[in-house]
Amino acid sequence: MGFDLPLFYLFAAVAVAASLLVIGQRSPIYSVMLLIASFVALAGLYVLLDAPFVAVIQIIIYAGAILVLFLFVVMLLNAPKESGGPWQRLAAGPRRLGAALGAVFAVELVWALWRVAALREPVAPAGMLPAEAIEPVRSIGQVLYTDYAFAFEVTSLLILVAMVGAVVLAKRHV
Amino acid sequence: MVSLNHYLALSAILFAIGTTGVFLRRNMITVLLSIEIMLNAANLMLVAFGRHFGAVDGQIIVFFVVTVAAAEAAVGLAIVIALFRLRESLDPDAFTSLKW
Repeated sequence: MGFDLPLFYLFAAVAVAASLLVIGQRSPIYSVMLLIASFVALAGLYVLLDAPFVAVIQIIIYAGAILVLFLFVVMLLNAPKESGGPWQRLAAGPRRLGAALGAVFAVELVWALWRVAALREPVAPAGMLPAEAIEPVRSIGQVLYTDYAFAFEVTSLLILVAMVGAVVLAKRHV
Repeated sequence: MVSLNHYLALSAILFAIGTTGVFLRRNMITVLLSIEIMLNAANLMLVAFGRHFGAVDGQIIVFFVVTVAAAEAAVGLAIVIALFRLRESLDPDAFTSLKW
């Protein structure tokens, strides 16, 4: 229990630093690599939250499939740097305004969430979890294939549509 | 002790980083990556709330978010490839034909 806080700060620092570097990079390849580091740190946070299923799909689907797809496209297009030099298309004024808006947005969100006093207690105090949470993957499967069965089937249709759409869009002559 | 607010604050910071990326970057691939950061911030909040209330529904919604993110990445990258073929550029400012 005592390792929770240092581990949380370690993973959070890695996730925030890697995400900041993702949007600070000019080279898309480095951005994708740093985003993988950020997602691995987030998977660590999911383990701390007793959600090993989410941690595993984070690694397998996000880092393993989605970001590899991004990597393929970056290498396929062979456009390593933003065209026209660093920050050239965006003048200094809009750039500062965008950064200031982002900072204001962050402060606003953190303030709004932090001032809810009821949420200041530890995550899931002892005894609050139902017994089936000890076997998280089994309970996830049970709820997923009963309560959420229709949404699950619709998801398969969504993936089919996305697959066909991606092929049609990327084809040279439709 | 890690409180729920810790996770909510981290999620808010990550979401703001993603938003700033969409504001600032002039590269469509990096903009899509920023959208992935924002989706992950939302996922973190869903899992934290699910843990707090002792329900698995948060994790199930995360599963759906991940599948939607995969579909979005596939279609979005196909559009990026088609646009790059058209203009030889990844700069969103190069595609202004529909701009009034």
